[in-house]
Amino acid sequence: MTDQKSPASAPAAGSPDDAARVAEFEARIAQGESIESKDWMPERYRKQLVRMMSQHAHSEIVGMLPEGNWITRAPSLRRKMVLLAKVQDEAGHGLYIYCGTETLGVGREELVDQLLTGKAKYSSIFNYPTLTWADIGVIGWFVDGAAIVNQTMLAKASFGPYARAMVRICKEENFHKKQGYESVATLANGTPEQRAMVQDAVNRWWWPSLMMFGPSDKDSPNSAELIRWRVKRDTNDTLRQRFVDLTVPQARAVNLTLPDPDLRYNEQTEHWEFGEIDWKEFQEVISGNGPCNRERLAARRKAHEDGAWVREAAEAYAAKRQAVSAA
Amino acid sequence: MSGNREQGTGNRDFNDGWVAGARPATATSGVAANPFFEYLLRLADDRLVLGHRLSEWCGHAPILEEDIALANIALDLIGQASMLLKLAGEVEGNGRNEDALAYFRDAIEFRNAQLVELPNGDFAVTIVRQFLFDAWDVLVLERLTAASNQVLAGIAAKALKESKYHLRHTAEWVRMLGDGTAESHARAQRALDDLWPYTAELFLGDAIDAAAVASGSGVDVEALRPRWGQTVEQVLAEATLAVPKDGFAPRGGRTGRHTEHLGRMLADMQSLARAHPGAPW
Amino acid sequence: MTNDSVSATGGATTAAETQWDLWEVFTQEGEGAPHEHAGSVHATTAEHAMQNARDVYARRGKVVSLWVVPTGAIVASAPSDAGPLFDPGNDKAYRHPQFYKTPRGARGL
Repeated sequence: MTDQKSPASAPAAGSPDDAARVAEFEARIAQGESIESKDWMPERYRKQLVRMMSQHAHSEIVGMLPEGNWITRAPSLRRKMVLLAKVQDEAGHGLYIYCGTETLGVGREELVDQLLTGKAKYSSIFNYPTLTWADIGVIGWFVDGAAIVNQTMLAKASFGPYARAMVRICKEENFHKKQGYESVATLANGTPEQRAMVQDAVNRWWWPSLMMFGPSDKDSPNSAELIRWRVKRDTNDTLRQRFVDLTVPQARAVNLTLPDPDLRYNEQTEHWEFGEIDWKEFQEVISGNGPCNRERLAARRKAHEDGAWVREAAEAYAAKRQAVSAA
Repeated sequence: MSGNREQGTGNRDFNDGWVAGARPATATSGVAANPFFEYLLRLADDRLVLGHRLSEWCGHAPILEEDIALANIALDLIGQASMLLKLAGEVEGNGRNEDALAYFRDAIEFRNAQLVELPNGDFAVTIVRQFLFDAWDVLVLERLTAASNQVLAGIAAKALKESKYHLRHTAEWVRMLGDGTAESHARAQRALDDLWPYTAELFLGDAIDAAAVASGSGVDVEALRPRWGQTVEQVLAEATLAVPKDGFAPRGGRTGRHTEHLGRMLADMQSLARAHPGAPW
Repeated sequence: MTNDSVSATGGATTAAETQWDLWEVFTQEGEGAPHEHAGSVHATTAEHAMQNARDVYARRGKVVSLWVVPTGAIVASAPSDAGPLFDPGNDKAYRHPQFYKTPRGARGL
């Protein structure tokens, strides 16, 4: 089988050229240039990108499960199709980003292996259960909403394949958020049971959504370097604030309350101030002790293991065809 | 995978329904008064039930690309079902829209063939089931593009493009599984042997079909069997799979006699809508 | 037909962990438009790759033609070649239309 990955240029470790090359690399970035997979890059840059991108891809894949949970029970044909299409888009997003990591020389097999053995991280938000239909709308509104804030920034990331994947993803995600909010609005204006259902969902998903932006900047070790390399362009706190400012008025527009007694508009800063995040809960969830961590991984592992004979069959079939045409 | 054998009293009446010209027997009374409505339900329910079954794979397929592919087919089928149910509701004239028909009929009122309600099983069962259906579907839709009912003809034209693509996908998978590894071949053959008896129902015509054909908007399904056989046997040969023999053929879906699987499937599918009747979504 | 590579976790990946070959996908979004790189898919045969590419990159319509190419078949220029290969032609005026004076009155050139 031919080498199917586009190889990244590997820098010689510790060589005297390194300092000069790094300086040149950082100058390119400072000028707003795009780094492509075959360009020289510091090993640390490559590693950070693989980490960020694979975590992002894993999140999309794992994210299919909490939403997929309600496909079979969707209460109207239109909602059924919208949700199925959304989950399908998420599979696609994972796929686009895994393609990006392939350009850095890391095969999808390897990344899937890391996810399934629990070595890789993915967004904490997907470790929460979807308990009611209203959760689906709220996820579109909050979780896709938060992702959009993050991804809009990443669409200008210095690494070409990642930035391009983000542009494609953002187009689709905007659509998901609108549909989620539309569902929330319908429930908020529906029967008393529906109102109660959606308010309850908001109460459960608000804080985990804020935690999606990661630890506060003072506790985030990677931030400074990533910003210098334009892989991140804004701090966690900045993005989190942006999300809050966008979302609070949307909640008020449908008469839903957010579960934060400290939420208050600051006339001078023109920002919505909000209460303290429970970082202990965050730590528990990202360490694997969230409500659904084990179930999510078990489901992915099962799909992967159950599918092994299928993947092998396709390969065997192709091999036979190659042998026939070579003969 | 158990079929639904016709037993007990009522068997005679049921079989009489297959005789052209006789009053068609249905499990619910009154519905036969509108044969075209019945006919549309058959077309719609096949797609709704099969689309729903496929959607159960989402997030659990053997590889990402196939998650996307199966979801595509499911979406196409559910979309077709939605359009057909909407038309059916209009034909019935009692104010039922597509959601009312999808979520508030009991299993005994559904008109899909039993083949499509069977549980997904493993990937081989799902793919073989889909292939057998797709090969039939393309033939049915080709004829329906000439339906005298313009709306039906329009739906069929769009659905035909989708259906041809589904057949391309599932035929290729049947080849890959049949002529892949020893394990995939065994699973594919087992799936084929188990599902084959359920295909007979696709080609059984009754008075409802005859009425639809007479009105210019139906399909003589019995006439489709030879062409279907050709397409299917060709692919099976390429897949090194043995064509099962025709034997006892379970039937009844077209008149509301389903397997136990449909009831459980609908309990899942309809539970939320029925918990909030009349609520907007 | 297995990918016998060593994974980051230190173990050899077996046939059970295969994710198929990588193919690059190019889409054409309208008649006369160029094919542009859209991304990649995993697949085993060309037909399989074509279907996967269609499902992943062309399901929203707007695509009239698809190319799939095994990733290994692509020959790419190296960044270090960029200078010699792609030296900007701005200083080579003869490559640009403005270099040529057209006689007054001549039409259709």
